[in-house]
Amino acid sequence: MIVCMFERWAKSAVTGFVCIVLSLAGCVAATAAELRIGLGADVTSLDPHFLNVAPNNNAAWQVYDALTHVDANARLIPGLAVSWRAVDSTTWEFKLRKDVKFHDGSAFSAEDVIFSLERPATLSASPGPFTGFVKPIVAKKIIDPWTLQLKTAAPYAMLPYDLNSIFIVSKKAASGASTEDFNSGKAAIGTGPYKLSRFARGDRIELARNDSYWGAQNGKLAPWDKVTLRILPADTARIAALLAGDVDAIENIPTADLTRLKANAKFRLEQKVSWRTLFLHLDQYRDHPPHLSDKSGKPLAKNPFKDVRVRMAMSKAINRRAIVERVMEGNAIEAGNLVSPPVFGHVAALKPETYDPKAAKDLLAEAGYPDGFALTLYAPNNRYVNDEQLAQTVAQMLARVGILTRVETLPASVYFGKARAGEFSFALLGWGSFSGDLALRALLATPNAAKGYGAWNWGHYSNPKADGLLEQGFATLDEKKREALAREAATLALKDVPVILLHHQLASWAMRKEIAYEARTDEYTFARDFRRR
Amino acid sequence: MPAFVIRRLLQSVLVLGVMSLLVFAGVYAIGNPVDILIDPQAGQADIARAISALGLDRPLVEQYLIFLRQALAGDLGNSFVYNVPAIQLILERMPATLELALAATTLAVLLGIPLGLWAGLAPDSWQGKLIMSGSILGFSLPTFWVGLLLIMLFAVELGWLPASGRGPTTEFLGVQVSFLSWDGMRHLILPAINLALFKLSLIIRLTRAGTREALLQDYVKFARAKGLSNARVVGVHVLKNIMIPVVTVIGLEFGSVIAFAIVTESIFGWPGMGKLIIDSINVLDRPVIVAYLLVIVFLVILINLAVDIVYSLLDPRVRIGEAQA
Amino acid sequence: MRREQTPLQRIAADFGESRLALSGLALLALIVLAALFAPLISPQNPYDLAQLDVLDSRLPPGSRSGAGLTFWLGSDGQGRDILSGIFYGLRISLMVGVASTACAVIVGLSMGLCAAYFGGRTDSLIMRIVDIQLSFPSILIALILLALLGQGVGKTIFALIMVQWAYYARTVRGTALIERGKEYIEAATCLALPPARIVFRHLLPNCLPPLIVIATVQVAAAIALEATLSYLGIGVPITEPSLGLLIKNGFDYMLSGKYWISFFPGIALVLTIVSINLVADRLRDVLNPRLQQ
Repeated sequence: MIVCMFERWAKSAVTGFVCIVLSLAGCVAATAAELRIGLGADVTSLDPHFLNVAPNNNAAWQVYDALTHVDANARLIPGLAVSWRAVDSTTWEFKLRKDVKFHDGSAFSAEDVIFSLERPATLSASPGPFTGFVKPIVAKKIIDPWTLQLKTAAPYAMLPYDLNSIFIVSKKAASGASTEDFNSGKAAIGTGPYKLSRFARGDRIELARNDSYWGAQNGKLAPWDKVTLRILPADTARIAALLAGDVDAIENIPTADLTRLKANAKFRLEQKVSWRTLFLHLDQYRDHPPHLSDKSGKPLAKNPFKDVRVRMAMSKAINRRAIVERVMEGNAIEAGNLVSPPVFGHVAALKPETYDPKAAKDLLAEAGYPDGFALTLYAPNNRYVNDEQLAQTVAQMLARVGILTRVETLPASVYFGKARAGEFSFALLGWGSFSGDLALRALLATPNAAKGYGAWNWGHYSNPKADGLLEQGFATLDEKKREALAREAATLALKDVPVILLHHQLASWAMRKEIAYEARTDEYTFARDFRRR
Repeated sequence: MPAFVIRRLLQSVLVLGVMSLLVFAGVYAIGNPVDILIDPQAGQADIARAISALGLDRPLVEQYLIFLRQALAGDLGNSFVYNVPAIQLILERMPATLELALAATTLAVLLGIPLGLWAGLAPDSWQGKLIMSGSILGFSLPTFWVGLLLIMLFAVELGWLPASGRGPTTEFLGVQVSFLSWDGMRHLILPAINLALFKLSLIIRLTRAGTREALLQDYVKFARAKGLSNARVVGVHVLKNIMIPVVTVIGLEFGSVIAFAIVTESIFGWPGMGKLIIDSINVLDRPVIVAYLLVIVFLVILINLAVDIVYSLLDPRVRIGEAQA
Repeated sequence: MRREQTPLQRIAADFGESRLALSGLALLALIVLAALFAPLISPQNPYDLAQLDVLDSRLPPGSRSGAGLTFWLGSDGQGRDILSGIFYGLRISLMVGVASTACAVIVGLSMGLCAAYFGGRTDSLIMRIVDIQLSFPSILIALILLALLGQGVGKTIFALIMVQWAYYARTVRGTALIERGKEYIEAATCLALPPARIVFRHLLPNCLPPLIVIATVQVAAAIALEATLSYLGIGVPITEPSLGLLIKNGFDYMLSGKYWISFFPGIALVLTIVSINLVADRLRDVLNPRLQQ
């Protein structure tokens, strides 16, 4: 540290006194290094097994680890498990990391893993439980303190992925602990890079560095002994806090401020394609879907969305580049896949549909709608980045090829209930997924409640061949083969234009020029990954 | 008077009951939090299980009766998303909101009454006109827009005051408050001004209107004719006359100050209950919504009672309990 | 020393004595005309998405659109001409503010007068309803109502009426109670005048001045509340923005220097409210019977 300081001093010596003062200021900061980060959403609880929502998980990731982690590209990497393999078609074996200590100094072992896997099911009153991730496990066996075997009823390839979502807590500290015990810090004992110092609900989370963290990069711990996560859900408050120097870094930059921040020499912007894809669901199962008529308001003879030419025409009518440049101000890329480029199962050969209003009109005419028709596009207004602006822009573009489009936007609390109840026939949805086959299973597989397929397939698109490939993939434990199957299923399904793909969002962070962050596809903000430049 | 107070309180319990039913039915009609919060990858079976674990699959009446039984035992239920007692959550956030609301109201009263008196006593002077023009501007500007302008000017451009959040808190009479430290005060200034602006304009207008009216009243003319000093006429006779509308409005508006703190709190990242309620509505966290409303209703009933009592003190002709006479 | 005048002439004459009020009236007239004739004077129909092009989005004032239209006040995120947006937005904002306040005054006034005049059980019942109403923070009533009803101009007006009426009822009752104790009402009662006559001829005129003050403020508040509801994602639909929604849409761009999206509609909103208030201020002075010397 001192050497580093000296180098900096030597470099700046030529520029005179001002720089010396600056170096000294830097020196003061180095001895009591604090990082203040503005988070974009409220953290409701620090119980890592209570509510499975991104802001809570983001906070938990500072304090806890999971067996498997994901890297900046959303690909699986070792976490508290150093390796894993399929012993037979229904048994996964995990080798655990040795010499890992919890924040209270106690040693980490397979007992803690078993406890953590069983804990989510004991918390019944959760609107977003973690139980889905451990449900496939039918038996657990400790081979030795650092080897664990997990059995599933059927071959299940996704288990290592699912275990990325289960945080490992200390059995000793968390036995019988309530959510309050986690919030107060009493039970919040993890193995992660930071220890919880204080949680002021709705305001801030204060963390202190875990100096014996196993995951030090090249033997170097994060440079910050103290981290304060400020909860600033209002975009303007968050951006103003950064500009005013109240925080050092913020996540989730509003698109409106991107250009300005990019041009501001005092700040750095880090961006990466996120795993979230936005697209439009089309009703392909009812003969007379709601909110669909000819231009004079009379019902249509049949459901136009059942005709692939109409769906293709609508896709061709969308100017995705204009959306990316104007609505998202460059904070997105055009989508030709359900999952974004770094994600497992992305098919590079599937390109975004080209904008061609002329061809769109021809296709509509060919399908029997030379004068177009009228519909209502539904969208949430507080869920995705610029969701209601996006809906209006899509409506403009459809109007230009003769499809009269009304836009109705609703708060997410109302929107998703109605969407589930089938009240929309043309609706916006955003999706983030670890892998292409998971996305396909939820969004485009034939709805089947018993199998858990097609839970979000609002349009009831159905392709038995793609369903078959998916099922085959989930039973394939070899990653390479499974990815090939996922790609095949995606290619097959997307050929039918079952949804109208729009764009993949970018995740973005802004920070003082002196620090850097490795942007992540999973959108998480990890205090340990902020570095001094 | 005690009988009157008791009757008022009994009626208020009825109000609370009716209101909780309305909110219950309202939130029930909108939807349930599982649809919003459950992991999107979850299947229909997982969703159904989560809904039933929260008891949200039961008929509305049954859910309400369960709530009522627990409420009578003093338990308003756990928040769905925070998993701690809803009332605890509210009470935890209440000092921050009350502090903001009181700061704003104090600011509005301390500035509003003198400015209003000035404008009322000298309506044709340039100062009087300036005050009135200012007050018109004050409620012509939407709160969230003013909040942003304040942040832009004082936090970003000038860098004098922090842009958001609440400063360090210290314990005062058993409550965590932030206004006792310099840093806490600095955090409080902008949100308090933002929240006070509208009420300030209102009080200026009411004070001015009341003053002008009082000056024409016979008793004021008489007092003047008797040769009482101007200060005494204004300080005693005029002020007493304008106190009735002003007290009414401050009382009535205090509830709305707390409610409108929702906007100020979300702009300034102030960790009060207004911010909590918006989040709770967004995820349909019914126990918190109901508990919040009960707390607000309770506060407002107390304030109304206080206003009625002050009424009777200020104007003996309005006797308390007259409504029941 | 005045000549014989009809009350209306007298009011008009008194009103004209204030130059400020006259200029307010002129401004308000201009604004109302602009709102009424918005479709004729707007360069573009900002509510027809087919006429908008996202490629024209966020152009600074004075720019030309791809179709050759000049955006005198710039364009918003959808390529909507801000000037046209203001004209159309004025219509919606004014309609929402005036309609909701007028209805709320009628409801609140009747309720408040009934409560004060009849007293007893009637008073008790009405005031308990008012209590319930006022116990709900206004934003919350509107939020829950609109969440149930969905977006729409009519629904927003309805929600704003529900939010406001109780204020008037309570204020009118408060004033009327004082008036009721005064001699002239006692005298009227002694004369055995019918209740309706006492209420409308004697109580009502005396309750009006404070009511006008509050109603004035409430028109502004209604428009601001509508903007706040839009800010929270409910209220009027996004495709037919009111002034409040236009401000909200440009809000995110304030810190990034694209001020015009939010700034000009904000100015239009402020001018509207200021002009209404200037007029109403003067009207109140003119209408107040006790200020008539």
